Amino acid sequence: MSAAAVRAPRIRPARVVLHGFLIAMAALWIFPLFWAIYSSLRPISDTIQHGYLSWPSNGLSLINYQTVWSQAELPYYYLNTLVIAVPAVVLTLLLASMVAFACTQFSWRFNLATLMIFTAGNLLPPQVIIVPLYRIYLATPIPVLGEIDIGKFAFPIFSDRGLLYDQYIGIMLIHIVFQTGFATFVLSNYMKTISKEITESAIVDGAHVLRIWWNIVLPLCRPALAAMATLLFTFIYNDFFWALILMSTGSKRPITSALNNLQGEFFVNNNLIAAGALLVAIPPILVYIFLQKQFIAGLTLGSTKG
Amino acid sequence: MATSITPAREDSPEAGELAPTRRGRYNVLTRYDRRVLMLMVGIPLLLEIIFIWWPTLSSILLSFTNYDGVGDVGPQNFVGLKNYQFMFSGYTLFWPAFFHNVIWLAWLAFIATPIGIFFAVLLDRELRGTAFYQSVFFLPVVLSLVIVGFIWELQFSPTEGFINNAFGLTRASNIIDWLGNPRINLFAILIAASWRHVGYIMVIYLSGLKSVDPTLREAAKVDGANEFRTFFRVIFPVMAPINTVVAVITTIEALRAFDIAFIVNQGKNGLELLSILITNNSISEASLVGFGSAIAVILLVISLGPIIVFLSRVMRTTS
Repeated sequence: MSAAAVRAPRIRPARVVLHGFLIAMAALWIFPLFWAIYSSLRPISDTIQHGYLSWPSNGLSLINYQTVWSQAELPYYYLNTLVIAVPAVVLTLLLASMVAFACTQFSWRFNLATLMIFTAGNLLPPQVIIVPLYRIYLATPIPVLGEIDIGKFAFPIFSDRGLLYDQYIGIMLIHIVFQTGFATFVLSNYMKTISKEITESAIVDGAHVLRIWWNIVLPLCRPALAAMATLLFTFIYNDFFWALILMSTGSKRPITSALNNLQGEFFVNNNLIAAGALLVAIPPILVYIFLQKQFIAGLTLGSTKG
Repeated sequence: MATSITPAREDSPEAGELAPTRRGRYNVLTRYDRRVLMLMVGIPLLLEIIFIWWPTLSSILLSFTNYDGVGDVGPQNFVGLKNYQFMFSGYTLFWPAFFHNVIWLAWLAFIATPIGIFFAVLLDRELRGTAFYQSVFFLPVVLSLVIVGFIWELQFSPTEGFINNAFGLTRASNIIDWLGNPRINLFAILIAASWRHVGYIMVIYLSGLKSVDPTLREAAKVDGANEFRTFFRVIFPVMAPINTVVAVITTIEALRAFDIAFIVNQGKNGLELLSILITNNSISEASLVGFGSAIAVILLVISLGPIIVFLSRVMRTTS
């Protein structure tokens, strides 16, 4: 910012126009969110009386948030997401880093082909595979192993119907498989920048490959792993499609997919829609506030290198 | 590289086996290590094949059948190209959905993506507050398209929405039903989708611009080129790899479009999309597995374009 000041101490008209344009655009961009916040804070009685385009006459309140939070039982849906997303992120990173490690640190005939299978798999629209996948889920038996009860919701450890369909583990699985494609692509790009001499000298020293992967290569990939964990968590949190199709019990759905049922049932006016949408947006917004660097690093690692 | 034991991308003597290269003098990987490496690749690969590539292949096979999801599928279900014939000539929703996807792609490609690139170019300079502007445009990117849909419903809804209230369009005579009128609702949700897409493209393009050699820009300046010329003649060409990525992302996003249309009205009445027809025919409402698969094959064939473009770029940069 000082460079401009040094070069041109007087105000340049081009800069004024540029800033004017950017401020206008920024206002346009932020407005829908601002409007959602404003609507969510107004009691419905107030908007009915004065219309949506009015100043609050009786002040703002959190009543809409309370209503949505308790009536729609949102806490359980966050829990549903958490039960799926946390193991999925960890397992995706483990699997993807294994493939990336084996394909970048060692040479074998099919490593490029392997990377392509993973990369291409992630680029497919999910709807291309959904019809057979749905049948596979309905036809795959899974042992029933008891469940963990929290409040009025029960979390089956494996399955409660003996099938992969309609299970946390099923949704977790498809996220892992789908995101491993993407994570493998990104991590292998990152691992290519690690000198192979490190791996080679470790082998000469007699270290096993598992040890090299876990103790040497993974620690070197920490920035990439942090970026990917942030990105994958957001992706899985935001996913709507898989659980919509592969899960039929509404109360078991993760929060983003659950919104499809909640919108008609509990979000009966715009103020409640606003409050519900913002409550569901809190985790991604926390990512935005605290982990923006990691999120952006994850996005750009996948696109600008390789 | 020359002394390395196993430099990547050298043909190994044994197919599929981890092995030293011709230049490597000894094989230091033990049998145990080789097995471990096989498993490290094999397990994820197996999952990928079972849950992604086998269903892809099955979609193609099922598209030639009249399978309805009951019992097993067998040779008696084979109907040849009947599903495709019906899709192209009898099924009234196919072509509207197809053109909605085309409009979606055109909108992203000619409006949203260029705006994202434009923002990136504007913000890639010494500018007071550039970090602030970037943060604002980037904000919608972290949100799901479902939330984006809700936030824009608050703008678009006919009597309660901001737009109609702000422009006095709430009377019965002039009310505009942005999301309900099939002639305009596609464009309404495209505006909502673009809110997110622009920031996404901006971030990716910006990171590409940061890696452009600054001397190029200075040379162009010395030659007397203005900013417009500098971008189109100098920067844009050297950004070719990023341009490809942006083109691929834009196309894939257009083909994947599902969430917003589904959350607004289940993808009906002007918001039909290929992705939604697949699920509606085979899962949610009917179980025309064979017919739904035929639509999935169309989506697959279109997706192969950007996928091949992307893979060939990966090939080029790694070999």
